[in-house]
Amino acid sequence: MSTVSTVALLLLTGLGLGGLYFLIASGLSLIWGLMRVLNFAHGALFTLAAYIAWQVTLPLQGGNALVAWSTGLVVAVIAGGSCAFLLEVFLIRPLYARPIGQILVTVGVALAAVALVEGAYGSDPKQMTLPAWMAGSIHVLGTDVPTTRIAIAAIALVVLAALLFFLRGTRYGLVIRAGVENRAMVEALGIDVDRAFTLVFVIGGMAAGLAGFLAGTYFGYIDPVRGTSMLIFAFIVVVIGGLGSITGSAIAAAVVAVVQQFLNFYAAPGIGDFSVVILLAAALLLRPRTAEST
Amino acid sequence: MNVLEVRDLHVHIGQSHILHGLSFGVPRGGITGLLGRNGVGKTTTLRGILGLVDRTGGVDFEGETIATLRTHEIARRGIAYVPEDRDVFSALTVEENLRLAERADCEHQYDLIYELFPEMKTRGAQRAGTLSGGQQQMLALSRALLNGGNRLLLVDEPTKGLAPLVVRHVVDALKRAAQAVTILLVEQNLSVAHKLARDAIVLDQGRVGYVGTVEELMNDPELARHHLGVGSAKADR
Repeated sequence: MSTVSTVALLLLTGLGLGGLYFLIASGLSLIWGLMRVLNFAHGALFTLAAYIAWQVTLPLQGGNALVAWSTGLVVAVIAGGSCAFLLEVFLIRPLYARPIGQILVTVGVALAAVALVEGAYGSDPKQMTLPAWMAGSIHVLGTDVPTTRIAIAAIALVVLAALLFFLRGTRYGLVIRAGVENRAMVEALGIDVDRAFTLVFVIGGMAAGLAGFLAGTYFGYIDPVRGTSMLIFAFIVVVIGGLGSITGSAIAAAVVAVVQQFLNFYAAPGIGDFSVVILLAAALLLRPRTAEST
Repeated sequence: MNVLEVRDLHVHIGQSHILHGLSFGVPRGGITGLLGRNGVGKTTTLRGILGLVDRTGGVDFEGETIATLRTHEIARRGIAYVPEDRDVFSALTVEENLRLAERADCEHQYDLIYELFPEMKTRGAQRAGTLSGGQQQMLALSRALLNGGNRLLLVDEPTKGLAPLVVRHVVDALKRAAQAVTILLVEQNLSVAHKLARDAIVLDQGRVGYVGTVEELMNDPELARHHLGVGSAKADR
């Protein structure tokens, strides 16, 4: 394979992985930016939504793969949003004045979700059935790039555009952008910020659910601990991209994933993952106060 | 009848007891000055009325108990807030800051605020964070005046740090606003308070130290020195 082909493959694969990072990080970023909640349970939403989608579409697996995959995608988004709604209303909201309590609860939910999934489905991966066109590859610059990578990057771009429209083109988006900056002043203008909080949590959960399902598409299977490992990278993306910044998260997700892919290939496996921590350190040193904007 | 009644208001922040059972009334119409030295609890009083800090005690607005309501519910009753630091949303444009203050149940007084502060119209697309201090103060006031349903404005040190020309502009705007709404004004500058306020409530160590008129304070240097630490009230004009 020529250098150009290798670079094209690594770049597009990296962008696909970056799409997954962005989908998780966008919700984390909004939730932290508006609510100052460090949601360690975000990975649990990713995992639960993926398993719920897999379970719901199980009867469809033998039929039309496109129908099964599309149904799974929708179910995962709904499941992620629903789980996030329940999490926010019943566990996070009563603890708004107690950040340590929030951290403990979200860590607890994260651990419990993995244990729940392992208890119900075991720790072995569950295979995902992909539509034929998605299971194949696309020829780009002399190399065959798996279609899933390109599809995931494209879906992430659509989600980015939708989130930006929501934040910049709607009143709720205006409330959220203002709330990220000064929650108390938004309340003093007569706006119920709690409602915006719930909405942000649900949107974040929907994106995490989508990421959970698409991670299954990317890797070909789902497993109980994928959410936890992806969450670590998503946290790094959020910090590098700027807390509360959706555009920053998108750029950081692409950079982190592409650097990771290139170094894992050209240096040694594992170096790419380690380099992400170096990127994080560089971001914190060069920009100690991360930006807070959309 | 007073538009606002505060009864036995206590606020603790951390280990500090900031307000020690504050009780006062704000008469309907015009501007009432909430005065006092630095750190006596003037800002905390406004934040306590709005429920922005944990407090105990009674707060009645237009005869309705609001102490049990949440901040956004209190604001929706018709109380607007102009904080000391202006607290404009710096990442949003001027127009977005104003749009955020709109409430569906109120008439929006864009004509009034564009008349008072024409720059709010010409700078609508500018990010609020790039405005000068004076312009940010105008935006904060515009936000509070936007909703015709607001009947009480809590204004905290509106002239602090502003150039004399801008101070004059803000004072004129507050005088104009006071024709339509009641204003409770926190002001450190006694001469500004004198230009604007008729009645005065002076806080001292988290308690009400004096209730009367600003005129009396201005004319009695001993009274002003005792409550405000001002050597000669008249010299401060």
